[in-house]
Amino acid sequence: MSMTMSQKILAAHAGLAEVRPGQLIMANLDLVLGNDITAPVAINEFAKFGLSEVFDKAKIALVPDHFTPNKDIKAAQQCKQMREFAYSKGIENYFEIGEMGIEHALLPEQGLVNAGDLIIGADSHTCTYGALGAFSTGVGSSDMAGAMATGKAWFKVPSALKFHLTGSLSPWVSGKDLILHIIGLIGVDGALYKSMEFVGEGVASLNIDDRFTVCNMAIEAGAKNGIFGVDEIALAYLKEHHQGSPKIYEADSDAHYDAIYEIDLSQIRPTVAFPHLPSNTRTIDEVGEIEVDQVVIGSCTNGRISDLRVAAKILKGRRVNRKVRTIIFPATQRIYLQAMEEGLLRTFVEAGAIVSTPTCGPCLGGHMGILAEGERAVATTNRNFVGRMGHPKSEVYLASPAVAAASALTGRISNPEKVEEL
Amino acid sequence: MKIEGKVFKYGSNVDTDVIIPARYLNTSDAKELASHCMEDIDATFAQKLEPGDLIVAEDNFGCGSSREHAPLAIKTAGVSCVIAASFARIFYRNSINIGLPILESPEAVKGIKNGDVVSVDFSQGVITNETTGEKFNSEPFPPFIQEMVAKDGLINYLKEEVLG
Repeated sequence: MSMTMSQKILAAHAGLAEVRPGQLIMANLDLVLGNDITAPVAINEFAKFGLSEVFDKAKIALVPDHFTPNKDIKAAQQCKQMREFAYSKGIENYFEIGEMGIEHALLPEQGLVNAGDLIIGADSHTCTYGALGAFSTGVGSSDMAGAMATGKAWFKVPSALKFHLTGSLSPWVSGKDLILHIIGLIGVDGALYKSMEFVGEGVASLNIDDRFTVCNMAIEAGAKNGIFGVDEIALAYLKEHHQGSPKIYEADSDAHYDAIYEIDLSQIRPTVAFPHLPSNTRTIDEVGEIEVDQVVIGSCTNGRISDLRVAAKILKGRRVNRKVRTIIFPATQRIYLQAMEEGLLRTFVEAGAIVSTPTCGPCLGGHMGILAEGERAVATTNRNFVGRMGHPKSEVYLASPAVAAASALTGRISNPEKVEEL
Repeated sequence: MKIEGKVFKYGSNVDTDVIIPARYLNTSDAKELASHCMEDIDATFAQKLEPGDLIVAEDNFGCGSSREHAPLAIKTAGVSCVIAASFARIFYRNSINIGLPILESPEAVKGIKNGDVVSVDFSQGVITNETTGEKFNSEPFPPFIQEMVAKDGLINYLKEEVLG
């Protein structure tokens, strides 16, 4: 046998001893996810099955997070449709806004993701859960509907790219800089249809939030999934959040990879993706003078407690530039509370930032921070496509929480390593 | 099945945010989505498009979000087929699942210009540039997917194959 981590998880869920790249399989799912944009379409498709029950009430998660709290009447209608479906079908993992969070931060936190799980979600950033050694990938609403009915989905077994990490990240450099560096290296279709597998002794130096960020943006390189080997750090997170016992899959020593990249973490610099592609990266040393109107810190990519701590460390005792609208949104209610208890929210407000309830809002140009024509934002989000955060002639620069916070102070994209001089 | 129409040609990495901007995702009404299709990179697309026309694009068409609204908007706008050098994987999957014909052919993309008239014979997998007379072959779907397309999409396929 010679399989990657991802291939082993797929084989196990298809009841096969072995799978090979390109093979089409039908596999059993551990969790199916949808949100207030994708679930309404899936619910309409689900109705075509003519079934009164979903396949498993405990294995479906519905999270109203994109246009919530309801941004307008149409969004309210979509949320209502999802809520009514959840209650009428007895869906156990429906999260109303008081208990919610951005789905990809919320599900691991709620103990719905375990190592070795096979998860699909009608949201492209479902690949986030690879941080915990799960195979998870984004699909569309029809796949979600089919999965809610049958508990199954079809997969074309992916080949893989291996990222062998050594060393450790420098201060003020994070998982976000690592994944932006990698996307800059391989391009937005550099991992198209493939798995990205992250292994090596350098993994131990990445905290779990860094790993969530790295896997979250695997899709921005076109990947089917991103996945880390499971170590003590991942097991400690699972022990705190998940009731079940983890299943750990390791790649065979003779597993085939289409390419192997050696990455020395100590060489990664704070990295920024310029408009309008996540692969359009420059190190902070090459950025030049870029003035910004808005800073957004949060999202399924970077709204976790470690991200907020880094931002607070930079903003503490300082004031954001008066020209910069600084919006910080913790990714879940629990993270919000934790940030409050640690005094981070006070730091943000005293620095002149605002703190929002958890929502995907500004990341996709939904609400809570839309850009006008000609405006620029530095955001810790995941996409900087044309019109992503608002007007088609606005610009988004993707960066880490540290770079975003430093930029909020100066009003231009700034190096967090020089925060003492800012 | 054979289709013919005029080509709207685009470059690489046409993403789901320009195919259908998120600001319109507060509805799943296909006609409303179709009226905003491609508007951030081609403001007059929905007005100029005639039923049966094709989209031809370079690499990684449909990258970004998992929104099925993207292939749905293209299909409902009246596009008969999307030909690209390569597709982003979720868009590829969604198109098959909802019955939007898509073909991968880097050669055809090189040999077709904006405004050319192109026909596609799906049974043979042959793309013909009627303006120049050049013919191209596309990668056929694997049998598994052909079967799904024959059953008119994923939902019917699962109904028969999985639920019996």
